[in-house]
Amino acid sequence: MARIIAGVASSHVPAIGAAIDNKKTEEPYWKRVFSGFEKSKEWMAETKPDVAIVVYNDHASAFSMEIIPTFALGCAAEFPPADEGWGPRPVPVVKGHPALASHIAQSVILDEFDLTIVNKMEVDHGLTVPMNLVFGSPQKWPCPVIPLAVNVVMYPPPTGHRCFMLGRALRKAVESYPEDLRVVVFGTGGMSHQISGPRAGLINSKFDKAFLDNLTKDPKKLTKIPHLEYMREAGAEGIEMVMWLIMRGALDDKIDEVYRFYTVPASNTAVGHIILENRRKAGKHGKLKHAAARAKLDVRRG
Amino acid sequence: MARTEQAYDDIPGTFVFDAERAKEGYHLNMFCMSLMKDENRKAFKADEGKYLDRFPLTPEQRDAILKRQYNRMLELGGNIYFTAKLGATDGHSFQHIAAIMTGSTQDEYAKMMLAGGRSVEGNRSKSGLDLPGKSGKGKKAKRAKAEGKHKKSKKSKSKSKKAGSKRG
Repeated sequence: MARIIAGVASSHVPAIGAAIDNKKTEEPYWKRVFSGFEKSKEWMAETKPDVAIVVYNDHASAFSMEIIPTFALGCAAEFPPADEGWGPRPVPVVKGHPALASHIAQSVILDEFDLTIVNKMEVDHGLTVPMNLVFGSPQKWPCPVIPLAVNVVMYPPPTGHRCFMLGRALRKAVESYPEDLRVVVFGTGGMSHQISGPRAGLINSKFDKAFLDNLTKDPKKLTKIPHLEYMREAGAEGIEMVMWLIMRGALDDKIDEVYRFYTVPASNTAVGHIILENRRKAGKHGKLKHAAARAKLDVRRG
Repeated sequence: MARTEQAYDDIPGTFVFDAERAKEGYHLNMFCMSLMKDENRKAFKADEGKYLDRFPLTPEQRDAILKRQYNRMLELGGNIYFTAKLGATDGHSFQHIAAIMTGSTQDEYAKMMLAGGRSVEGNRSKSGLDLPGKSGKGKKAKRAKAEGKHKKSKKSKSKSKKAGSKRG
C-alpha cells in the first residue's frame, strides 16, 4: 500500500530560481535564504521518497486566461520546464507518475473533488523552485513528481477548507494504491507578500509565524481563515498559502514538526518553510522511523 | 460601467483580480501572454502601436500599456503575473515594476524589503473598519484611536483576543 510519510511546505519565489540559475547562491543576500534549506536537503536525502506530489500554482505560464482550472492534476509522463519569458529554467524535465496520478484522479473525483486532468503541461518556477530548495540541483530529479496546480491567480482561489479536504481525499487516494510507495506532499507558495499595486511589498511576519505554528498544532483553525483576511493581512498574493493546507490535509492529525525556517525577504516575499512528518510508521519501515528520529535531533530548531 | 463593490475593495493599494476584472482585462492579459514568444517581443518592440492593433483593447488599456502605467493596467483588468511579462520585455526586473507601482525608486523599494517589507500596520483598510488580525493588536487599537475611532477600539481590543484565537 502506498502512503504519505511527510509534508514539505516552501515558498516558491522566482528570484530564488534566478539566483540558482545565475549561480548567486553564495552571495550574502541569497546565502541567508539558501542556508535555511541545507538541513532540508539532508532530510530529503535521508527520506528518499518514491514519489512527490507537488501542490503549486502556475503563473500565467501553462495556463493563460483561456483556461483557468481550480485544481489541475498532472497525469503526464513528463513535464518540461516552461519558458517564462527568458527561456526555460535549466532544470531537468520533471518525470511524472501517470499510474498513481490517474489512480488519484479517479479516487478524488469519486470523492466529489472535480479535478481537471492535464496530460500535457509545462511547469514553471512555482513547481521547480521548491524542488531545487529541497533536492538541490541534480542532473535528474531523484523521484517522479505529480504536479497539482491550484488557481490562486484569479480570485477566488479555492477556500482553505476546500484545500484541506482535498488533502484528505488525496491521502485516501494514495492509501488505496496497491504498490508500496512512500509519498511526500509539497505545499508551495507564500508566505506573506503582495507584488501588485501601491501596497506591493507588504510583509506580515506575525501572520506568517502564527500560520506556521497552527499548521503544526491546529490546522483546522487555519481552514477557517477567509480570503479577505489572507489578502488584508498577508497581501493580495499571500492568499497562495491556501495551497499549504492541501499538504496539511494530506497528513495525519498527529504529526511531528521536524524543521522550520523563516526569513524576510527574498525579492518581494517572506520565505517560509516547514517539514512535517506523519507520526504513524508502518513496521516494515522501521528504518524510516530511525531516520526521522535522527533528522529531528539534527534539525530541530527552536 | 461602474464596478460592483466588493468587501476586498476596502484593502488599500490593492486591485483584486476577480472575475469582473478578468473579464475586462482579458485582451490586455492575452496581449501580455503573447510576449512569452520571442518573435512577438521583437514585433512589439519594433512598433508597439502596430502590434497592439492585433488585440481588441480599450483606448484606456492601450494608453496604459504604451505609457507603462502598471497600476492603471491592474485597474483596467490586468493581472500582475501577466503585466510582469511586459516589464520583462522591457528588460526590467520585477522589483523595477514593483517600485513603479509603489511610487518609489527601485533602490528605495529594495531597501524597504530588506528592512522587513511594508508593514501591515496602517495598511489594512481604507475605511478603518478592518478587523484586527492576530497581529498588532496594540498598535491597531492605537491607530484606531488616533483616527478618532475610540468608541470602537475599546470594544475591538477586548474582542480581538477572542476573535484572534478563533481565526488563527
